[in-house]
This record gives sequence, C-alpha cells and structure tokens, in this order.
Amino acid sequence: MREVADEFANPVMLYSVGKDSAVMLHLAMKAFYPAKPPFPLMHVNTTWKFQEMIKFRDETVKRLGLDFIEHINQDGIARGINPFDSGSSLHTQVMKTEALKQALDKYKFDAAFGGARRDEEKSRAKERVFSFRSAAHAWDPKAQRPELWRVYNTRINKGESIRVFPLSNWTELDIWQYILAENIPIVPLYFAKKRPVVERDGTLIMRDDERMKLRPGEKVEERLVRFRTLGCYPLTGAIESDADTLEGIVTEMFTARTSERQGRLIDSDEKASMEKKKKEGYF
Amino acid sequence: MNAPEGAPRATDNSTKSDLQKFLADQEKKTLLRFLTCGSVDDGKSTLIGRLLYDTKLLFEDTLASLEKDSKKFGTTGEDIDFALLVDGLEAEREQGITIDVAYRFFATDKRKFIVADTPGHEQYTRNMATGASNSELAVILIDARKGVLTQTRRHAYIASLLGIRHIVLAVNKIDLVDYSQSVFDGIVADFNAFAEKLGFASQIAIPLSARYGVNVMAKSPETPWYQGPALLNHLESVDVDTALEKGPFRLPVQWVNRPNLDFRGFSGTVVGGRIKPGDTVAVAKSGRTTKVARIVTMDGDMKEAVAGDAVTLTLTDEVDTSRGDVLSAPEARPDVSDQFAAHLLWMAEEEMLPGRQYLLKLATATVPASVSELKHKVDVNTLEHLAAKTLTLNDVGYANFSLGAPLAFDAYRDNRDMGGFILIDRFTNATVGAGMIDFGLRRATNVHWQALDVNKEARARMKGQKPVVLWFTGLSGSGKSTIANLVEKSLTAEGKHTYLLDGDNVRHGLNKDLGFTDADRVENIRRVGEAARLFVDAGLIVLVSFISPFRSERRMARELVGKGEFVEVFVDTPIEVCMQRDPKGLYEKAKSGAIKNFTGIDSPYETPEQAELAIKTVDGPAERHAQAIVAYLRERGYLG
Repeated sequence: MREVADEFANPVMLYSVGKDSAVMLHLAMKAFYPAKPPFPLMHVNTTWKFQEMIKFRDETVKRLGLDFIEHINQDGIARGINPFDSGSSLHTQVMKTEALKQALDKYKFDAAFGGARRDEEKSRAKERVFSFRSAAHAWDPKAQRPELWRVYNTRINKGESIRVFPLSNWTELDIWQYILAENIPIVPLYFAKKRPVVERDGTLIMRDDERMKLRPGEKVEERLVRFRTLGCYPLTGAIESDADTLEGIVTEMFTARTSERQGRLIDSDEKASMEKKKKEGYF
Repeated sequence: MNAPEGAPRATDNSTKSDLQKFLADQEKKTLLRFLTCGSVDDGKSTLIGRLLYDTKLLFEDTLASLEKDSKKFGTTGEDIDFALLVDGLEAEREQGITIDVAYRFFATDKRKFIVADTPGHEQYTRNMATGASNSELAVILIDARKGVLTQTRRHAYIASLLGIRHIVLAVNKIDLVDYSQSVFDGIVADFNAFAEKLGFASQIAIPLSARYGVNVMAKSPETPWYQGPALLNHLESVDVDTALEKGPFRLPVQWVNRPNLDFRGFSGTVVGGRIKPGDTVAVAKSGRTTKVARIVTMDGDMKEAVAGDAVTLTLTDEVDTSRGDVLSAPEARPDVSDQFAAHLLWMAEEEMLPGRQYLLKLATATVPASVSELKHKVDVNTLEHLAAKTLTLNDVGYANFSLGAPLAFDAYRDNRDMGGFILIDRFTNATVGAGMIDFGLRRATNVHWQALDVNKEARARMKGQKPVVLWFTGLSGSGKSTIANLVEKSLTAEGKHTYLLDGDNVRHGLNKDLGFTDADRVENIRRVGEAARLFVDAGLIVLVSFISPFRSERRMARELVGKGEFVEVFVDTPIEVCMQRDPKGLYEKAKSGAIKNFTGIDSPYETPEQAELAIKTVDGPAERHAQAIVAYLRERGYLG
C-alpha cells in the first residue's frame, strides 16, 4: 500500500463496505499510522445495497475521518436499470462495471485498491497483485506483467491504470481470523438475526425495501439468517445460521462445506462469467 | 442452493473451547509456499486438484460445478477431472493447458500451503520463474511413460536459479507403467545425474498417480517397493527454514512517514534480521549511523521487529534517507555500488541489447541501468555456457550491469529481497527481465567501453580534414609555442578545425597537481597524450607544444593514435640560444638553483631520432618554419 502511495500520483481505495474492504481499510490505517492513508475511499453505489451497509459505511468514514467519494451511475438510474427487471447481468454491467469506469475517468485515478482475493474464483487465482489496465480499463489475462518476489512494476503511461489487490493471498478463513484477532468492526448483516426473507429460485433473498415485488406464491418469512458475502440485496443470498458473534462465524467457517460466492447470483450467469466481467473492467 | 444441511451448529457450551483450540492450532501452523512445474500433460493441474479435494478444501457447490464441467470439457470419462478445478481461464479450459501462474491455497493440520501452479511450455518459462520467485520448494512432475525430458532439466535449473533449495521429483502416472520400480529407478537416476550440479539442499523422488491418489495423501499398497513418504507427508514435514531473521538487519525504506513536523518515521518491511529500539543502524548510501528510537505501530510501540514485519521506525538523529535507501546492520552492510554481476532471465519478445537503458527496480529503489557486458548465455537444458550478443525471450544470461546511480544490494543467494530485481522497458513500461545479483563490482577494470555509432571517420569527414597530432618537442625557449601558434593561425585561416595543447597552459588546469619529477613528467605526457587522442577522435588537427623530454613517453603518445595520425616536430634549438632567449627567465633561475629538475640543466632531454620534421630555428624566421609545416600537411593529404 505504501508502495502505491509513493509511486502513484492519484490513488484511490475502492471500498465496498464488505468484510474484505473492512480488512483492507484496517491495513491501510495501520500502514500509514500515525499519518492517515494519503488517498480517498470511494464507494461505487448501485443504489441496491442493503440499507445497513450504507449506514455502516457512513459511520466508518466519520469515525476514521477519511476523505470519501460516492459514485452512482446516474445514466443507469435514468435508464431505469434494476436487478429485477434488467436481469442481474445487465444491472452489474451498468451499475458496477460502467459506474466504476466512469468514476475512475472522472477523478483520473491512476491506481485503485480492491479487496479481491485469489481464492475467491478461478480467474482471480491468476490475477496479479499489481494488475495493469489499459486506458479503456480492460484486463488482458494473456499479457499480464510477470510479478517476481515482492518487486512490483508500478510504471504506467498517461491514461493507463493499475488495480492493486493487497489481499490477494488471503483466504476467507484468514479474513475472519484477522477480523477476530484485530476486533475490526463489520456490517451487522454478517451476524445472524431474524430478518424478512423470501425464498426465490432456491435462494433466500432479504426483502430490504418495497422495491422488491413479490411473485405469486411467494411470502415474506422471518428467519434467523446471516450473510457470508454482501452485495446488492436482490442478488445476495442469505444462509440460515445462528452465528451471532465473530467466534460463532469462525466456528461455522471451519466446518463450512460451501464456498462463499455461492450466495452471489451473478457468478453463475454464464460460464467463465467472472473472467468476462474482469476483461470488461469489473474488479 | 439451500443453506448447507450438514453445517454443524455448534452449541454455545462447546463453541468457546473448540474455537480456542482451533485458533491455537492455526497459530502453530507454518506456511509453505511451493510451485509445481512439469511438461504439458504431466498432470500438474490434476495433482493440485487432487490435493485440494483430498484435503477437503473443495466446497459442495464447487464440486457440483466440477461434475458438470467434467462431463462437458473433461478428459477422464465418467470420473471427476480435477484439472478443471484449476485451469481458470477460458482459453486454458478449451486447450486443456495452463497458460498463466495460478495461486491455490490449502491447509492440513500441520501446515498452510500456497501453491503456484505454473505452465510447462518453453514459451512460459518466465511464468515459471514468477512462481519460483516466491516459493521455497518445487514439485517437478514427470510423466512416468516419458521420463526425464528437456523441460524437466529446464525446470530444475530455473528453480535452482531462482534460489529454490528443495526439490520433489514427482514421477506421475505411475499407474500407466504398471507401478514399475525399474521405470521409476531409471528416471530417478537420470534426473540425479543432472540435478547433482545444481546443489539442492533436499531432493526426493516419489512415484505418484495424481488421478488415483497414489502416494499423494498416504503411502499406497500399489508401490510396496517405495520406502519414502507420501507427497503430502513430505510437504508437511520438510524443513525449508531460510533463517532470514538470523541474517543481518535490512529495511529498504519504502515511505517516509511525516504526518507533522514533530514526527519523521521510516516505513518498510524488514527483509532480513531483527531490530530493537536502541540498536545502531547504518544508512546504506551515506554510510552514516544512528540509533533506532521507536518501532511505531497503530497498536503501540513494538519491542522488536523481525524479518517479514512491516514497520515504521523513528531514529535518534536527523539522517538523510529516503525511499530507495536501506537501513542496515552497521557491522554487516549491504554492497553500495553502481556496478554488479548478475544472472538475467529475459521475459520479453523484444530482445535484450547490451548498452540499452532500462529501469531497474530492486526492493524500493528504481534506477536507470544497462547491461555493460553480456558474459554468456546459459543453455538451460545442458547448463553449457554459450557466447551471445543479445538475449531473447526465456533466455538466461550472465552479465555485468552498469547503473545510473549507486544502489544498495546483497547477493541474491544471501537475501532474495535485497538481490532480486526486475528490468522495466522505458517506453512500454513492461517488465522485461528478472535478475539475480551475484556480486558487486568496483574495480576500474570492470568499466567497459561503450560502443558508439558516430565514429572518428564520420566526424573528420564533416570537417573536410584528416585528424592528426602535431607533436612539438624541444627545450624550453626553443620556439615550440611560437611556431605551433603560427601553424594553428594558418590552418584556421584555411577553415581547418584545430586545437592547441600548450605545456604551460595544461599545467594550470588538467595537470596542475603534477610537479617536475620524472614520474610526474611521465604522467604529464600520458595525460596530454590521452587528451590529444580524444581530440583526434573528435576529428581535429591537434597541436601539442610540450618539452616532452623522454623518448618513451613520446612513443607512448604516438602509439595512442592510429598509424599516420602522429607527426613529431623536433624544434631543434641549441641550448645556448635558448638560454640567451630565455623568454620567461627560467634558465636564470635554474642556474641559480631556484628551480630544480630543469630540462637541459639538471634534467636530461632525449633528442628525437625519428622525428617526421626537424626544424632548425636558427636558420630563419618562425613564419617560414610554420609555412613548411603546413606545406608538409598539405602534401600528405591532411588538409583534405
């Protein structure tokens, strides 16, 4: 992180409000202590995030006294893009991928931190820690820079940028253990609680607001659930769990038999869909 | 997909103790980073998939997706194709090969593992080196049916080059040779014959079948003749301790932390040794020493930091250090030099050219650098040294480097972080090479000539003349400078390009540190000879007006330039005449003993025997002699 702060003119930390972002932000606070991280946080808001996420986000920014930028794709809002009618694929494309590109162009950031980990998904396993993006924000998996030792090539031409993944070599279990060890605040949604959920296509969706219309036969139930991963509420599946403490979550983790992205509906849209999104500029 | 039915619900009573035990176990685990390499179809990806599967690191949904994929892309019939787990990119799945380095994570009760899965093709050697750069052990796969191949040797060599000290030779697909001991022994003997030269600290061979799990997790009854451990047992127990924290302290300064005027900290990762407040540290580049005041972290000051810790140090004195410098143990400092010898692995399509400038990044320092001399290229298959002028993609060479600024470094074998560097193309910004420093160079003998494209001929042609040294020698007061001055005026009037080096004038500048002893007179002439040679190289007609009393130094000056580029002019004036002229009053002083070592009085003048021109100044005015010299030059074609 200090490497980026020193070698880039205008870095930014992409903050998604999730547990990985929480850890990444915590590391940044430590890396630059007693100074503050010399870059702003940016949240690309699809407007479909859980309300609790936004509340937690605002509290965190205030507590740490950081520069904060929120970006919303207004063009997408105008076009009425939403996860229910547009489909998860188009929604993600417009409100996340395109929104991110807009924001990077708008503020002319030359380096962006992301909380992605190599253990999350197959194509991410081949991602570099310092990942080069063309001026059009595209990722070319076949032309990645070799990355040896801890020596990172930070040289770019005007308009190009680098995505930096400080948590590349962390696993989901590492993240939880670290949150536990360092007592890092996280969004309460990770803890089990009675929440209003709808079972749709085999997944438990939390009805976070009235924008989610019920289909015939569906009903809202109060169930004891929590989330292993957080995104847009209509695209994020809950799991039934009674783990309402960090200890409980870690205990559940080491006996878990399903991968965390199972709750992410966007990954299974089409084969190799993550690689495709990344080539287009998704994190 | 529903919530997992099988996920156990820990009761409140057992949660705490189970968790504490679990966390305590996690703490104790060491981390092993290893890479797997092998030729196409040796079964690398299958082996890693097998390790993930057998260590129960696969989740139910991943398995479900794998079963679906196996039917679509699989090459294993009805069985699960583990390779599909790790071949992440679309192109890889379609072609059934691994292109890029992929990192995988798994753990057992004893250790955590990070696996770098690297491609086998020759064109992906650089990717293998990338994986190897952060690994402590290499698993080299061999197809039991094919035996040791060229690639096997290349993989072993690159692993050793990148500093990997531990090797596992995995003889895979042993099921396809009927679990034959003789096939296995033959392969091992073949490999050992080659690997001996590489000097690995530990090296074992294991007969395997990744597809059927033979000797992966546990010893298999299929190979009763095999006495060694199963692969996973070995990976769990092999001692790869590199003892970096026992080496000398090193902290490459990454960032200077200055939140306000009262705080000045130096941040970076300790890459060697350990450090405590009160310890003395040396700033590598300036050599200055100071003491560590505090080790600052957000969770309070630390009592000690060891290799691997990312810290911020404050120092007791204001020392001048910045990003790229290294804080080090004062009794064992890193080399600081602008030249070193290193192995270089070339990773770009465009070839490496000696003399071309690249950017070199080592630890936190970035400096301009070029290869000053490519000593040889290594045939990675036979380890033979081959003569080479350039390096192409995937070549390994050994070269001397010359840097634009001094750099602090250690030998790669002593410290990977302090001795491993990358080269970056200045125009494309691509990472084009990876280097491993062998040792620093300081002696002048290691300064190499820069090859230049604009040469003497080209410069002389522009000036319409042939460069030459007119070397005027003779006693003090013989008239050398007077005649040389007239010759130069005449040549300049003709539009020729000249320069006059006069003894007295040069002694005011270039040679002002020299006296008049014989040794100093020799050095005086050597320097003037070298200066004249550079001017000849620049295409000029150089007039040198020096007493230059010794024959051997005049010969030395003559031999510095090419044939026909040296015209010796003996200004022959009897000493009596000189003493009579005595324009600077020097003979008078010499005779009275006020000047020692005066040529002709108490220091000898060796008369030239083969001067091109001899001028008797008593025979006529200086102007006529000057015209004669110009005529000599014209006749011989020096004036174009």
